[in-house]
Formats: sequence, C-alpha cells, structure tokens
Amino acid sequence: MEHIELFFKSVFVDNMVFAYFLGMCSYLAVSKKVSTAVGLGAAVIFVLAITVPLNWLLDQYLLQEGALTWLGEEYADYDLSFLSFIMFIATIATMVQLVEIIVEKFSPSLYNSLGIFLPLIAVNCAILGGSLFMQSREIETLGLALNYGVASGIGWFLAILAIAAIREKIRYSNVPAPLRGLGITFIITGLMAIGFMSFGGMLTGGEEEATEESREDTVGMVSTTDTADTIKETDLSLETKEGTNKQ
Amino acid sequence: MGLLSKKDSKLIMDPLADNNPITIQVLGICSALAITAQLKPSIVMAISVMFVMGVGNVVISLMRNIIPSKIRIIVQLIVVATLVIIVDQVLKAFAYTLSKELSVFIGLIITNCIIMGRFEAFALANGPWRSFLDGIGNALGYGVILIIVGFFRELLGSGTLFGFKVLGDPVEKTGLYAIGYENNGFMVLPPMALIVVGIIIWVQRSRNKDLIED
Repeated sequence: MEHIELFFKSVFVDNMVFAYFLGMCSYLAVSKKVSTAVGLGAAVIFVLAITVPLNWLLDQYLLQEGALTWLGEEYADYDLSFLSFIMFIATIATMVQLVEIIVEKFSPSLYNSLGIFLPLIAVNCAILGGSLFMQSREIETLGLALNYGVASGIGWFLAILAIAAIREKIRYSNVPAPLRGLGITFIITGLMAIGFMSFGGMLTGGEEEATEESREDTVGMVSTTDTADTIKETDLSLETKEGTNKQ
Repeated sequence: MGLLSKKDSKLIMDPLADNNPITIQVLGICSALAITAQLKPSIVMAISVMFVMGVGNVVISLMRNIIPSKIRIIVQLIVVATLVIIVDQVLKAFAYTLSKELSVFIGLIITNCIIMGRFEAFALANGPWRSFLDGIGNALGYGVILIIVGFFRELLGSGTLFGFKVLGDPVEKTGLYAIGYENNGFMVLPPMALIVVGIIIWVQRSRNKDLIED
C-alpha cells in the first residue's frame, strides 16, 4: 500500500517539474520535438532508478549520523552528512559514465538514441534533486527508494512529453512575437503546473494534513489554496531566525 | 568605472541585460524558481550563487592548464560541490532557519547549469581576473531575475517585503486592506513563478526586438 501511495505521490502530486521545477534546463532545451523528449525522459527514468537506491545505501551506511555503527561501537556518533553533496554528485557522474559505456557495448541502437542525452543528465537537477529529496524525506527502505526514483523519473517523463507535444502544435499558433519560443513555454508550463496542483487531493481524499507534510521541505509552498498558513509560517520563521541569531 | 577597463566592464554588464543567463540562455532555472515565493530566500540564493560562481571561476581558471580535458567535467563538479558545501555549512551555522527553508535547493546549486556553463565557456580559456568578473557578472544577471520574481511574488502574494507588512495588515484591515484590497494567494503557489518569469521574458523581448525567436 505504501508503495502505491509513494508511487502516485511522486508522479503526480510531487511532480519533479511542476511542483519543484527540477530539471528545467534540459526540460526547456530538449522539448522541441516529441521524439527527442521521449529519449531524454527514458534516460532520466533509467538514471534515477539506479542512482536513488545507490545514494540511499550511501546515506544509510556512510553519511547519516550513526551510519557507521557497522564498523564498531566507537564510530557510532560520527556524522558525515556534510559530505552528502559531493558523494551524491560523484555517484551520479560515475553512474552516468558507467551506464553510457554499458549501453554502448550491449545496445548500439539504444546508445544512438540515448547516448547524446547521457552527458546532459549528469548535470540535470532532477537527478541530484531526487537523491537530495530521498535524503531529506528520510525514505525508509531500499525498495521504497527504488520506487521513489522510478516514480520521480516517470513524473519528469510525463512533463517533458506533454510540453513537447504542446510545443509541436503551438508552432502553428499565432503567438505574440516577443513571447514566441521560451516565453510561451514558461507560461504553458505554469498553466500545466496549476493543473497538476489539483492532484494534491488525490491521495488524501481532500484532507489537508497529509499533503501539508509532503510540502514541508520546500519554501513557501502550500498544497491547498489556503495562503494564510504560508503567511503564518513566514512570520514564524522570521521570529525564530532572530532567536537563533542571538545564540 | 575607473576600476575596470571597457572590455572588463562589458563582462559584468552583458549578462545583466542582453545575455541574461535565465531569460536568454535558459540556464539554471532549476534552483531559481522554487525559492522565490519570498524576497529573503531569493536574495540569499543569489548571494550563494555569486560566491560559488566567482570563486569557482577563479579556481577553474587557475587550474585550466593542468586539467586533462577528458576528466574536466568531474573536476568541475568536485570544485562546485566543495564550494556549495562551504555555503551550506556557513548557512547552517549563521542562519539555521533560512537554511532549513532553502533545504535541498542550496544543494541543487551544484547542478545549476549556469555555473558549469561558465566554467566550460569562459574559465577554461581566460585568466583568473577576467573569469572572476565573468562569474560575478553572470551571477548578478541570475540574481536580478531572482530578486524581481521574489519581489513581485512576495508583494502581491503576501503583501509583505522581507516579512514587513508594507501594504498594511490583512487581519486588522489597515492600509490598503481598508479599502478592500486582497492578497493574491495565487502568487505564493509554485506555478506563478513560471508565469512571472514568462512575463519578464515578454517584457524584455518587447523592448529589444533582436532577442525575438522565430
């Protein structure tokens, strides 16, 4: 059950592109044609499915506070989490290289369709974002981490597929000249994001608490149209900030 | 500017307008938009990126003759990641709540394409001083967009700036709220960041016809 819930939440509610704007650079650059968008989307699913579980293992057995207990009792209070950025990005870069080599050897045709995108992916924010969210949301098991990676990838794939299809059609529309290309793509993505916000009530049957906690790890984001909460939160954070500065 | 020669000041001024990293080169949007619901995180983000880009460009520029071109991507990633860790730790030490707010988005500076892009395009081919200026210039161009978006979203969405109630108090019904003004709650939500950037692009390209795509 929790697998199904996490899956749908990652694809629709916490969609990589529409809720967190991750992977926007390649999303905007490679969405002019549906065929290339499919290639890049598939590559993103692939790489996320490998790197998120791997980084989960790293996080669990190396980086978290107390992760080194398997070495012995005296290592129990080590906290290496400040190294996570560098470890995660190294893992991702290495995996991308490895995937590239393997795909090239075993499936030249797949390499020809994916190959050009793989270097792009190493610096795609969606990939690193997947690992960082996995860490900050404290996903519990390896299976769930794999599930999260695949589902986030699918969400990203959906987004780039949709925008590519729209951009192919919009070529024949009479868009105001200054908005052509980039401007209108931004605005369409914004409108799609508004559409995707309506998935917020999908898992909870419209109850607010559950979606509220899923959005805690982003700034000023609320899952419902109730903005009073956000205003309250910002006031709170201002007060607490002054408090921490005094210490 | 007496300090900089004409060629050098161009490095700073270009990215601010006609070669803006966000609106023209379409780079680095990932970490840019999610944190612009308020002005303060936007400014902190802009400063963090400025530090990482300025220092990173100098470091890469100093090492440009000894980095083998085969592994340069990895080297660049390591340099960026190190600088980002420094920023992250400094924020955690001096502004803990803010770093909690920015959460993963500070980490995502690593994959900010502007930074890698400038390393590749500029720092690998130029001296440290010019690379430094280029880094600062591009970070300024990025920061300006961030601050504009943050300003409008906070002002129209919450009626505040830096958390100060500039339009009056919505609960007490003072200031503008007394005559029936309401906050646009939509502005606080993520999709509006995209739409605001779209509008900025629209304005910019209406003023400068050379930038229009066909």
